[in-house]
Amino acid sequence: MYSKDGERYFVVDSHMHYWNAAPDNWVPGAEQYAKGWIECFHAYQGLAPAETHWPMEKFQKYSEDDLMKDVFTDGHVDVAIFQPTYLTEWYKEGFNTTERNAALGAKHPGKFITNTRWDPRDGEDGLKKLAENVERFGSKGVKLYTAEWREGSRGWTLKDPAAYKYLEACQELGIVNIHVHKGPTIWPLDKDAFDVSDIDHAATDFPELNFIVEHVGLPRIEDFCFMATQEPNVYAGLSVVIGGLMHARPKFFARVMGELLFWVGEDKMTFGSDYGIWEPKWQVEGFVDWDYPGDEFSDFPRVTTATKKKILGLNAAKLYGIEVPVEFQLDAGEGTPGARDDAVGVSSDSPAATLA
Amino acid sequence: MTTTVDGSRVLSALGEVRDPELDEPITALGFVASCDVSADGHAEVHLRLPTYFCAPNFAYLMVADAYDAVSMLDGVRHTEVVLDDHFAADAINGGVAARAGFVRSFAGEAVGELDNLRVDFLRKAVMAGTDQVCRPLADAGASPADLAAMTLGAVPPSPALDRLRRRRAELGLAAGDDEPLLVDPRSGAPIGLDAVPLHLRKARLTRTSLDANTGICRGMLRHRYGVEET
Repeated sequence: MYSKDGERYFVVDSHMHYWNAAPDNWVPGAEQYAKGWIECFHAYQGLAPAETHWPMEKFQKYSEDDLMKDVFTDGHVDVAIFQPTYLTEWYKEGFNTTERNAALGAKHPGKFITNTRWDPRDGEDGLKKLAENVERFGSKGVKLYTAEWREGSRGWTLKDPAAYKYLEACQELGIVNIHVHKGPTIWPLDKDAFDVSDIDHAATDFPELNFIVEHVGLPRIEDFCFMATQEPNVYAGLSVVIGGLMHARPKFFARVMGELLFWVGEDKMTFGSDYGIWEPKWQVEGFVDWDYPGDEFSDFPRVTTATKKKILGLNAAKLYGIEVPVEFQLDAGEGTPGARDDAVGVSSDSPAATLA
Repeated sequence: MTTTVDGSRVLSALGEVRDPELDEPITALGFVASCDVSADGHAEVHLRLPTYFCAPNFAYLMVADAYDAVSMLDGVRHTEVVLDDHFAADAINGGVAARAGFVRSFAGEAVGELDNLRVDFLRKAVMAGTDQVCRPLADAGASPADLAAMTLGAVPPSPALDRLRRRRAELGLAAGDDEPLLVDPRSGAPIGLDAVPLHLRKARLTRTSLDANTGICRGMLRHRYGVEET
């Protein structure tokens, strides 16, 4: 919960982690990748305000107390959604598994939602595991990482028939939210690893599922936006956008936010801190204070208090069925959080077709 | 007669090598870590990228282009381009040195060379460049109809216009004075009046995406190597 200027914000951190990337968890023979990965994440933290940077030792393995303080006590978050990342080729117990997250969540009832994951290369065993995780942890969402290395393969795409089996299983198991993250390697390596067209296919073929594209498809924001505007069930996950740009590149942040508000719309954008890369406190406070810097942004959609309330929590609450106390809800006429029909569309009679 | 090469010539040759995605010279991005030439014409260039996991295909293009740019110089007898601190550095450095091409450098992991990838990025560069050229015109009052009718030769000269024309030429699209300013980067066909607003919106978005990516890459590189930006 965050209050500012008489307004109260219900905060859902829809993309955060509890990882162990310390050397004791590195797979022998794969140390350079385990080390390279966490150093890469640490470099991202460099884009945050200097006073929030962590030493590498803490960054590799932060404690439960660190997390509870940074996210809830100081970070204004009401409900946090764990997004697992396995990377078991590099990390012995995995980087950030469903089990590790759930064990922490179990100690703090009501604070966390535990998402799980799947990988189509796991075949029938993976389908069983998925069902088991849903049963055990009540997962309503999954995090997919298409660039994960596995036995010589450097990734997969949502177009794979095997991936479709898993998407069908998600529908049967009651999973509604598919968070997708693109990374720099996917097989074959000559293809554009960040290509988002596979999400387009899956979103069309599975209209009941919501596809939340984390870090808005960065570095393919344009392809993501062109897709999102035509697919009612595609959402923009703002992890990395707020954390990586708001402080370090304020002008680009304003332009990216303007474009997202235009192409995707404020009902379909969700805040995620990406903790432990970035602490939520400065992101939440900075975003509540944020507006476009100057007149050159006058042809982008306006940002209102309702816009911020939706993005910081109400949209994700809708996607996950989180009950929002009445004092945090929007007044009549302020829009419908999570509404699927907010996209502008690219037909000739849509707002995109005029130079407003 | 022999020509002596100095480091500044090598560096200026490297200034012609671009990050294929960001469409900026690798020198301006800070990707050239060092560049030395010995008296007998041995050039050694070290490149560095913002992260250990930067996409191997983009990295390969930059190393290969740097190799070509430097080895072309008069007086350079031997060229070595080394990518540092990258998970695929061995495959890339070895592959480029052996002139093996991408597929052979990543045997079993790639099915094609990188020409299509390069073309995709050039199309994006044309879209972003279109925004750079058209935004000042629109701000000065040009209507969609004006822009739809405008030729490249009618646009006031600017570095952004030169760059747009070069990118169009690289894509194999016409870029002469009489050619339309607004074209589909895929087909080269002129943009009809009705489609102009959406085309310009897409151009602006593409530029925003490129700029945001560049911003993040620069920030990461600065953090990784403690370098100042140029």
